[in-house]
Amino acid sequence: MPTDSIKQTIDYSAMPDERGHFGIYGGRFVSETLMQALDELRDAYHKASTDKAFQAEFDADLAHYVGRPSPLYHAERLSTETGGAQIFLKREDLNHTGAHKINNTIGQALLAKAMGKNRVIAETGAGQHGVATATVAARFGMECVVYMGAEDIVRQSPNVYRMKLLGAEVVPVSSGSKTLKDALNEAMRDWVTNVDNTFYIIGTVAGPHPYPQMVRDFQSVIGREARSQILERTGRLPDALVACVGGGSNAIGLFYPFLEDESVAMYGVEAGGDGIETGHHAAPLCAGKPGVLHGNRTYLMEDKGGQIIETHSVSAGLDYPGVGPEHSWLKDIGRVKYSAITDNEALQAFHQLTRIEGIIPALESSHAMAYGVKLAAEMKPEQSLIINLSGRGDKDINTIAKIEGIQL
Amino acid sequence: MSRLQACFARLLAEDRKALIPYIMTGDPHPDVTVPLMHAMVKAGANIIELGAPFSDPMADGPVIQAAAERALEFKVSLGDVFNAVTAFRRLDDVTPVIMMGYLNLIEVAGYESFARRASEAGIDGIITVDMPPEEAEDYISALEGGGLDPVFLIAPTSTNERIAKIGAVASGFVYYVSLKGVTGAANLDVDSVRQKVGAIRERIDLPIGVGFGISDAQTAARVSACSDAVVVGSAIVKRMAAHQQHNPEQTERVIKDVSELLGSMREAMDANPVEEITRTA
Repeated sequence: MPTDSIKQTIDYSAMPDERGHFGIYGGRFVSETLMQALDELRDAYHKASTDKAFQAEFDADLAHYVGRPSPLYHAERLSTETGGAQIFLKREDLNHTGAHKINNTIGQALLAKAMGKNRVIAETGAGQHGVATATVAARFGMECVVYMGAEDIVRQSPNVYRMKLLGAEVVPVSSGSKTLKDALNEAMRDWVTNVDNTFYIIGTVAGPHPYPQMVRDFQSVIGREARSQILERTGRLPDALVACVGGGSNAIGLFYPFLEDESVAMYGVEAGGDGIETGHHAAPLCAGKPGVLHGNRTYLMEDKGGQIIETHSVSAGLDYPGVGPEHSWLKDIGRVKYSAITDNEALQAFHQLTRIEGIIPALESSHAMAYGVKLAAEMKPEQSLIINLSGRGDKDINTIAKIEGIQL
Repeated sequence: MSRLQACFARLLAEDRKALIPYIMTGDPHPDVTVPLMHAMVKAGANIIELGAPFSDPMADGPVIQAAAERALEFKVSLGDVFNAVTAFRRLDDVTPVIMMGYLNLIEVAGYESFARRASEAGIDGIITVDMPPEEAEDYISALEGGGLDPVFLIAPTSTNERIAKIGAVASGFVYYVSLKGVTGAANLDVDSVRQKVGAIRERIDLPIGVGFGISDAQTAARVSACSDAVVVGSAIVKRMAAHQQHNPEQTERVIKDVSELLGSMREAMDANPVEEITRTA
């Protein structure tokens, strides 16, 4: 097969190229005002990534502040009930602040410190990245401003309060669809205006180069740990990996260290909302087409004239019309298979994991759970798969109660 | 000679500077765009910058974003921008028209097809806010193939190396974004503008327009004294926001309102003793 020979020649670690391209995706599509700042960031990141002292500080913070390594948990009851492959959960929900987001905010805050920037800004959807940014800003004594869609502020009020407690200013964004993409627009505007003293901590593997690469590298600790943990536990590599994909940072974090392991199948799970066929979803890889938004070329949800269309997902963290450019590339070359899980399927998986394993997953991670359990059922008991449990679900209980008509 | 070259040559001969108003296509109503373009020329505009509305205008401030949202309520598309220019060209074949927008609209249209349609409509140059020269190879060759000038932005943060890089690929004119920040921001420092324009002139042999933060006649005059063109955007678009009802009276009022602002800028710019220009025609 020609595809096999192509796959063998791919050097995943050579991606992106020096201008930030993953095949035709990625790059830097921003206004001129930011180009110099992105050059500086690229150079600073390059220096940090080869600097032993920086890496040592990052590793120490991950160990003692975040609480890494996160466990790889064998969900035995769930595996038995499913009747297929052995299901392992990578417990990113047990990190400080309750999700994988903090791996990246620690890394970027250390970089901000190294660059002498004392003000950090962030965009947030579900609020997890905002909380993770406000947390590290508090720890490093930095001024912190978080942009959040006005609609998400309503959906995720506990996280808004957490950010405020941590000393961050939360700025509601009322333009456009009042969700994550608009918060990102507003954060970019802040950065353009205050570029001299401000570091923009992007929360996912999207945005202009070097963000997709930098965030991937910071999140890759997930996959590196999972790889050695599963080898230790089962003596072999897993047969499959499953992770949810909004912007795609937890998924890339898990997948990246396994990309060259050809026997490991990978599945990215997008938010199917009311169902792909209804058009009310947030699944650009499953149902979008390539375009340019937020500084990179990638798959987007857009109309035929190129306007970005409103997305829908029960999970605020997946409610985004774009996706990291590396995922677009991995889709095109066929290394990762992308599918979608509907709101209802995710809600069922939420209850299933909660009741069977005593773990309340975030709604984002519930998408990965739903797909992973379906996949496991088609596999053999001697096989194994790892599902990235990217965050805990405490933040979502109000949303779920409301959907199910329960008064708290 | 392109319309843009002819326009700047004519102005240079007359010792005048270009006044470039920006309006969003379809704002406040699609019917207003073409009459407004003609009225702006009558009021003293030399070049017209026509915005193509985009759902996520990252580099624009709240005023222009609101204009894009108003235009998108009428589903204004690239096709509507082309149609407006085609209609404008029936009565005015002299005034250059520059389209300003975001890359995704052009990506979706396809570079070649976009350039052909824009050129057929009578558009002279394209400003794509989120297309830096580093990514622009195919884009530039498509535009140039269609006889369109790729106009690039230069920012206060652009280093001399970047300015030279932009100079190597730009044509028509270059547009100095006189503020860090988004469109419509305040606090323009004319002295620092003068300094930066000097640095650009040393490296780029094209007319230099200055925009962002120019909202009144006096600032327009002061900025025009140290550049070749003044771009006025948010100050005009703000006036649209006040005219949301659509009827002939309102259209007339919008046109009168915008014409008055441009007229006062034109007058102040022409009265301003023009500083020596080192650039030759």
